[in-house]
Amino acid sequence: MADVAIPRAKPQMSEANAWTQLKHNRNWLGFWFMVPAMAFLIFFLAYPLGLGIWLSFTDARIGRVGQFVGTENYEWLWDDSIFWLSVFNTLLYTFVASALKFAIGLYLALLLNEHMPFKAMLRAMVLIPFIVPTVLSALAFWWIFDSQFSIISWSLKQLGLINQNINFLGDTTWARISVIFANIWRGVPFVAITLLAGLQTVSPSLYEAATLDGATRWQNFRYITYPLLTPIIAVVMTFSVLFTFTDFQLIWAMTRGGPVNATHLMATLSYQRAIIAGQLGEGAAISSAMIPFLLAAIMVSWFGLQRRKWQQGESND
Amino acid sequence: MSSVQIRDVRKSFGNFEVLHGVTIPIEDGQFVVLVGPSGCGKSTLLRMLAGLENITSGTISIGDRVVNNVQPKERDIAMVFQNYALYPHMTVADNMGFSLKLRNAGADEINKRVKRAAEILALSPLLDRYPRQLSGGQRQRVAMGRAIVRDPQVFLFDEPLSNLDAKLRVAMRTEIKELHQRLKTTTVYVTHDQIEAMTMADKIVVMHDGIVEQMGTPLELYDKPDNQFVAGFIGSPAMNFLKGHVRVNGVATFEGPNGVKLPLKTAPANSDGRPVVYGVRPEHFTIADDGAEAEIIVVEPTGSETQVFAKLGGEQVVAVFRERHQFNPGDKVRLKPEPSLVHLFDDATGKRMNA
Repeated sequence: MADVAIPRAKPQMSEANAWTQLKHNRNWLGFWFMVPAMAFLIFFLAYPLGLGIWLSFTDARIGRVGQFVGTENYEWLWDDSIFWLSVFNTLLYTFVASALKFAIGLYLALLLNEHMPFKAMLRAMVLIPFIVPTVLSALAFWWIFDSQFSIISWSLKQLGLINQNINFLGDTTWARISVIFANIWRGVPFVAITLLAGLQTVSPSLYEAATLDGATRWQNFRYITYPLLTPIIAVVMTFSVLFTFTDFQLIWAMTRGGPVNATHLMATLSYQRAIIAGQLGEGAAISSAMIPFLLAAIMVSWFGLQRRKWQQGESND
Repeated sequence: MSSVQIRDVRKSFGNFEVLHGVTIPIEDGQFVVLVGPSGCGKSTLLRMLAGLENITSGTISIGDRVVNNVQPKERDIAMVFQNYALYPHMTVADNMGFSLKLRNAGADEINKRVKRAAEILALSPLLDRYPRQLSGGQRQRVAMGRAIVRDPQVFLFDEPLSNLDAKLRVAMRTEIKELHQRLKTTTVYVTHDQIEAMTMADKIVVMHDGIVEQMGTPLELYDKPDNQFVAGFIGSPAMNFLKGHVRVNGVATFEGPNGVKLPLKTAPANSDGRPVVYGVRPEHFTIADDGAEAEIIVVEPTGSETQVFAKLGGEQVVAVFRERHQFNPGDKVRLKPEPSLVHLFDDATGKRMNA
């Protein structure tokens, strides 16, 4: 038996070599495990992004393949006051909404972290705005801010504070306030719950130690809570800024960018130019113009997210 | 430094009373250890002393001042927590100087005091490290440093050694005791480990189910436990207990399970025929011809001594010998308790009966 097996083993071995190498080589194996994720990212992220950037250098319209026109779309946009207005609106919207979302979210998180009756129920209730589909909540806000049937106008009139309806979505300033308000309402739960999760990782004995060390409640927050929360603040605010900057649904459902483009964000303007008006190239250029802003936001958080020295492991540097 | 008076202190959580009137006088500069099994209320009492828990009734005073309604930071106490509670985002120096910073002490002052504390605890080379970069023992020392820097009236320790490995625990035990001898600050130390209590305390307070079972010096508790609980809690290996009756006809003896007879030095008054618990420490057995017969089950040599588990009158007992006997499982030996070192407890109440 052994005599037969030995000569046969050789070709089998070399044959197996190439195949087993493919099967068992760690790098190959790793590659195969990465393929599904890579394919997903390439088809649904990299390809559309590349296509969008390519489109922004063409004069493509709906139904017509575009010709390469260089930076012509961008030159147009440079002189387009509506585009610059949308840039201003987006920055205003992102900055104000994110700052308020952070402030209110942190306040709520601190509040919910206290011992109080019905704590679990209150925590669940805070999440409600987050689980309502955006378009539905936008429709609700549309009614709340309606020029004739607004419950706010009605209430204020009943209280005798005003005698005319406020034209929430018809006045440029009011429209901006209204959409920012709606965005905050929707975004606060995310910030609050994430920060609450962060707060709960802070050991209660740290507060006890600080209290014995003589810290007031404010000093407890200033020297213990806040520094320990910074890593999670960096993460949550990065996401919050990115979501707010690219917001589309809420605006489109409530104002479609009006009145007189006062609430047009870059995302809504891009959609309007590309899909409604059919100017794919120009819309793509507006979308692509968001990239530097988003990159800048990511860079800021990248540096904010750098592991602080105290978070580093047990290395004895 | 000051004395601490705990007078008839009670604590309830809702309707559930966990401390049922505890009175403990603590002298200036004393090292007092509160010891007891989990849930006996010792940590709660310490936290009430620190001001982290309200006092339901009774009074606690530090020095001449009743502190029931005094804020923790005004009580001038420092506490070392079981998990050390070091601020992870601050260096060792900042951790130690934090309380001074909150009191608006000048940078020079903070520096000076942190340096001094670091020298006492051999932490000087580690002042710029973060807690994460320290070993367990080093963290423990930083936690103590944080307490020392403040130069408080009273030190409180809440099971500070239970997160350390056995060897380090013994080393830190000595270090804490040495520190106390050097600083002479009144110290209240909570532990569930009776060895820690015995080795470190000037005065041990044994607590059980929210009451004080007994307090005294370590040797008082060891030699004359007030009741069966303290007798069983203090000492390792634990005291052997045998149930039986006192017999007085000419010479006082104890009649144990299955008719086993053990010697008594004297019988307490009016104790003839009373049901009692006979307590004898493992190290108070000797081998003698007039001893009671016992069968050896297990022999555990530790080098310095040998623990012998044996059946005496059908009950398992443990004896410790420093001399090296040749024992094998199954051997019959004659065990004799030293009559003057025997403890007698009332079977019903558990109270000590003999003087």
